[in-house]
Amino acid sequence: MSAPPAAAAPPAASAQDPQPPPAAKRPALRAWATRAPLMPALVFLIVVTQLPFAATLVTSLFDWNSLHPDDRHFTGFDNYSTVLADAEVRESVVTTAVLTAVVVLVSIVIGLLLALLLDRSFKGRGIVRTMLIAPFLIVPVAAALLWKHVLYNPEYGLFNGLLNWLAGLVGIDDPVQPEWVTDMPLLAVQMSLIWQWTPFMMLILLAGLQSRPLDLIEAARLDGAGNWQIFRYLTLPHLRRYLELGALLGSIYIVQNFDAVFTITKGGLGTANLPYTIYETFYNAHEYGEASATGVLVVIGSIVIATFALRVVSSLFSEEVSRS
Amino acid sequence: MTATLTAPAKARTGPVPAPVRRARRRNAALGLLAWISGILFFLPVAWMALTSLHSEPDAATNPPSLGAPLTLDGYREFFGAGGGNSPWPPLINSMTASVVSTLLVLLLAFPAAYALSIRPVRKWRDVLFFFLSTKMLPVVAGLLPIYLFAKNTGMLDNIWLLVILYTSMNLPIAVWMMQSFLAEVPISVIEAAQIDGARLPTILARVIAPITGPGMAATALICFIFSWNEMLFAQVLTGVVAQTAPVFLTGFITSQGLFLAKVCAASLAISLPVLAAGFAAQDKLVQGLSLGAVK
Repeated sequence: MSAPPAAAAPPAASAQDPQPPPAAKRPALRAWATRAPLMPALVFLIVVTQLPFAATLVTSLFDWNSLHPDDRHFTGFDNYSTVLADAEVRESVVTTAVLTAVVVLVSIVIGLLLALLLDRSFKGRGIVRTMLIAPFLIVPVAAALLWKHVLYNPEYGLFNGLLNWLAGLVGIDDPVQPEWVTDMPLLAVQMSLIWQWTPFMMLILLAGLQSRPLDLIEAARLDGAGNWQIFRYLTLPHLRRYLELGALLGSIYIVQNFDAVFTITKGGLGTANLPYTIYETFYNAHEYGEASATGVLVVIGSIVIATFALRVVSSLFSEEVSRS
Repeated sequence: MTATLTAPAKARTGPVPAPVRRARRRNAALGLLAWISGILFFLPVAWMALTSLHSEPDAATNPPSLGAPLTLDGYREFFGAGGGNSPWPPLINSMTASVVSTLLVLLLAFPAAYALSIRPVRKWRDVLFFFLSTKMLPVVAGLLPIYLFAKNTGMLDNIWLLVILYTSMNLPIAVWMMQSFLAEVPISVIEAAQIDGARLPTILARVIAPITGPGMAATALICFIFSWNEMLFAQVLTGVVAQTAPVFLTGFITSQGLFLAKVCAASLAISLPVLAAGFAAQDKLVQGLSLGAVK
């Protein structure tokens, strides 16, 4: 509420100034005129995302359980030592890292293979692409429910049903009927997420493939380059920025995944990732101070990773024409 | 290396039919492989659709029943269920939050992207990085203060709070996408229009809008999808009145036990707006996701 979005779009005065190059006349005013259109978005974003974080920072220094509101007091870094000593929190750090890395890497690899398949022309390509996009378009909670109840359910889920049916075909009466979610909880969450995110990666990489300079490939082929050589030395370097983009966006969203963990396992069986742990700490355990401290630690971790990732991704700009 | 390869390659491009036939067979095989993977990925969705059309006993069989009679009972149950459990208020809430926040995002992101691409401010790369970096601040890190703020100001269970939060959630990505779309507009065209005496509104409407239209549509589509799908904020900040469709979906299941057909019908019904929009605008989705890097 604090940032009135109605203040948007006052750029009218700015961009009409006759000619760009000579900044001789009233440069300060011109600079502000160029900057003005940026301000509403910037202010809005700072107010809605950075202010709450600052408040989290302050809260993290207090011993504050909402069930005992009178007992609220300043404790310095106590919450941080509590949280860092907490085995559950440390476990959820590992879970988050493993979950994110596995889902992003596997969905990029499968996505790349699918994109390569779809880049060729064959009958019904449009239909296949539409079918492949579907998982990305199912509401994540609905997808998680689908996997948990309709596919993984040990008694009447599709997976065990198919096992039963296939076993029946070869004459086995009592095939193995795994309890998917209890036996392999983290894998169960990962599989559903890979299913949802592979189409996303495929779409990005397909766009990359379709923007390849074909004349270059034609020339390489005339020079006698084989398919593998063309892929290794032309396609892959061209795809690099698309791969990076997919990895970056995928990581941003999967590190923060809540829906799948919340729905499929309720964070149990060692699948609680950091977002779920923080949600639990403040929503069910009412430990506001500790939840905030965990949140701050997550942000520090994210900043370290983000700094690294942004440096890598800055190659996204290297091919663009600079206009500054 | 290339020299040694040239000879056999040339021989292969000769008018011999056998290798051509082999290549064709290979193409057919790869096409088939693509079809198989497409069907595999689509299978869960198709199965969900089929289950949603079964009666409850037929839905819960092992091995799966393919030939069971079809019925719309699952959907009837979902949409018609009495007892204050109607899905319409949550669906309307989701629609309001997604559409209004998408419009707000466009309104805020366009001027910003304009300032970062057409007449870029100094250090525009840094500003662009800042926008994306806010996306890396995990939402949980600000959730508690937002919750307390909402509780103290009476904004809890209020759909407009979600509108604001969804706007901030999608704004960074929208600025990024729009920046890359706007960067494709040739400056010379804009300057030519200026020399002809066109002012900013005319330039926006006649030059920039036609070139960037599809990109803007892609941006809007992606913002809509992410807002419609959002779950954590909605779970924590809404209750009865402002409940959104995803939250309704989870509550709907735990309170009534396991009814597979109804769960499937509900899941598909709630995914329908996104499915329809996504299928209808596949090309734009591709363009948007690749941040306009494809022409």
